[in-house]
Amino acid sequence: MRRMSGFNMIALTLGFAFLYIPMVILVIYSFNESKLVTVWAGFSTKWYGSLAQNQQFLDAAWVTLRVAFFSSTIATVLGTMAAYALIRSGRFLGRTLFSGMIYAPLVMPDVITGLALLLLFISIGLDRGILTLVLAHTTFAMCYVSVVVSSRLMTFDLSLEEAARDLGCTAAEAFRLVTLPIIAPAVISGWLLAFTLSLDDLVIASFTSGPSSTTLPIKIFSSVRLGVSPEINALSTIMIGIVAVGVLAASLVSKRSLVKRQADEAAAVRAEAA
Amino acid sequence: MIRFENVTKRFGSFVAIDNLSLDIYEREFFALLGPSGCGKTTMMRMLAGFENPSEGNIELDGADIVDVPPNKRAVNMMFQSYALFPHLSVHDNIAFGLKREGMAKDKISARVAEMLRLTRLEKFASRKPHQISGGQRQRVALARSLAKAPKLLLLDEPLGALDKKLREETQFELMDIQEKTGTTFVIVTHDQEEAMTVASRVAVMDAGVLKQVATPSQIYENPNSRYVADFIGDVTILEGRARKEGNRYELAWADGQPPIVAQSALEIGPGDTCYYAIRPEKVEIHHDKPEDDNVLQGKVIDIGYLGNISTYHVQLANGQTIRAQNFNTERSTQQAFTWDDTVWVNWTDRCGILLAN
Ligand SMILES: Nc1ncnc2c1ncn2[C@@H]1O[C@H](COP(=O)(O)OP(=O)(O)OP(=O)(O)O)[C@@H](O)[C@H]1O
Ligand SMILES: [Mg+2]
Repeated sequence: MRRMSGFNMIALTLGFAFLYIPMVILVIYSFNESKLVTVWAGFSTKWYGSLAQNQQFLDAAWVTLRVAFFSSTIATVLGTMAAYALIRSGRFLGRTLFSGMIYAPLVMPDVITGLALLLLFISIGLDRGILTLVLAHTTFAMCYVSVVVSSRLMTFDLSLEEAARDLGCTAAEAFRLVTLPIIAPAVISGWLLAFTLSLDDLVIASFTSGPSSTTLPIKIFSSVRLGVSPEINALSTIMIGIVAVGVLAASLVSKRSLVKRQADEAAAVRAEAA
Repeated sequence: MIRFENVTKRFGSFVAIDNLSLDIYEREFFALLGPSGCGKTTMMRMLAGFENPSEGNIELDGADIVDVPPNKRAVNMMFQSYALFPHLSVHDNIAFGLKREGMAKDKISARVAEMLRLTRLEKFASRKPHQISGGQRQRVALARSLAKAPKLLLLDEPLGALDKKLREETQFELMDIQEKTGTTFVIVTHDQEEAMTVASRVAVMDAGVLKQVATPSQIYENPNSRYVADFIGDVTILEGRARKEGNRYELAWADGQPPIVAQSALEIGPGDTCYYAIRPEKVEIHHDKPEDDNVLQGKVIDIGYLGNISTYHVQLANGQTIRAQNFNTERSTQQAFTWDDTVWVNWTDRCGILLAN
């Protein structure tokens, strides 16, 4: 490996320090013995224990997980279908408009998305609860999924689908038997991304959740207003862990299929030479 | 067996296939030959069902197939890029079409085993496509498209990615397989040697139209136009005016040069412009003036040494170059002719061909 120049080293250190010092502090204080957040009084895991006793937090966690699971699953199905239609259907009237529109929610401020959804739910008389949360999260996560999947489909060799058709598949069978298995890594990382986005979301959730469906981020946010407790630190540490695992898994899934492929190809070349 | 009837294919305003009619017969090895962009792949895609003609019909065994979707046609295609399914093993790739057919399990494995044997891939059955070499991939693609025993097999530049030696081997394998299975093959290529080697009939295409459809030897020895003569093999083409002289034509083609005499069944009016094509291997080269129907004097300006033969570029007094080929039958590093030698080239009246256009 090439040695890094001094400047690069400093830039990298500063960048990472900026990103991670706040989180590291939070993690450290979650193991603090003292009830006072800013005073270090020795190592302890007791806050994790008391967290496990806190029914309110456990309920919120359960809501969050359910919402994340359902919304990311629905978003993955819809997002994949949207991506497929946009990439495959060739030029149809207004295609550019549609592909632009699918990206728009990505840059839309969450507050506006949340407000719009809230107005929608009120106007159709839908009571706010888990259902509205799932719908709201599906809406914005779907865009992320379709971006991930469509970038994979962009490089997908169309002749593979034609070959499947040629060998007796209907268009739907060709998608199920050939396209889907091949783009599966992208679909899975889309799902993981959608899942972590839903776990994280505070703004949209606060517009669309009801009293019976408080999510963890909302719970944390509202408890912090009464003062930061070490329990919150412990909870946040767990969430950081889950999100980190999710994001890492998403990138590993796509990375691993690539690496495996390269290793296989290298092996084939070596076998050839021998 | 296949009939194209006045088929036209347009992409927007661009005409890719222009009012083309063609018959391909049962058990034939038919080659489509032409420069890049002339519409070969488009023809194949219409046969496979991925494109519909803008006008005209395509018949397979007497039935119009234009509205039949690709999965319902007894036609299989071997793709230019092979299009092997990367997530399936070699075995499953070959079995793919059979499973779609709903064939019984034991029959499938028997058929796949047969295909693996035919293409000598037994050892690689459990590998994935990216774990085998290019030549092996190409054979998997062939096995996959043959497995369903289609009436018609389409091969779009199947050997494009192979090196010369492997390509020649595979050409003979293809011919072998075609004979064994009795399938009708249509092959696309822009390698004229390949077309001549494998095919029983060749169609030469240019910009969406068929220039000539004939056996390889007819195409080579009796091209019907300058385009075909020039496209297939090496040729010198001269332009002039022909005059009938008994059963032969005399072609006045340059001032200060004797006319070229040629036998031809062609009807050419006196004074009409016509063309004369002569292939280098038909032209002899001598130091002393020989006796022949056509004898011209010139100077050697270039020599192409190919080992078994040498091609001499002989420039005549009027600047025209005629190419002559000589077999190097004697083993010596000393060439019989060298640069700037004054030489005679000669050929009989039956060696060249007179062309009207
Ligand atoms: N889908 C399409 N849309 C527009 N034009 C097309 C399309 N497919 C092919 N063409 C045009 O039709 C012409 C014929 O294309 P085709 O692919 O049949 O050529 P080809 O003879 O197979 O050439 P090559 O030897 O390079 O493969 C080309 O000029 C190409 O640009
Ligand atoms: Mg082509």
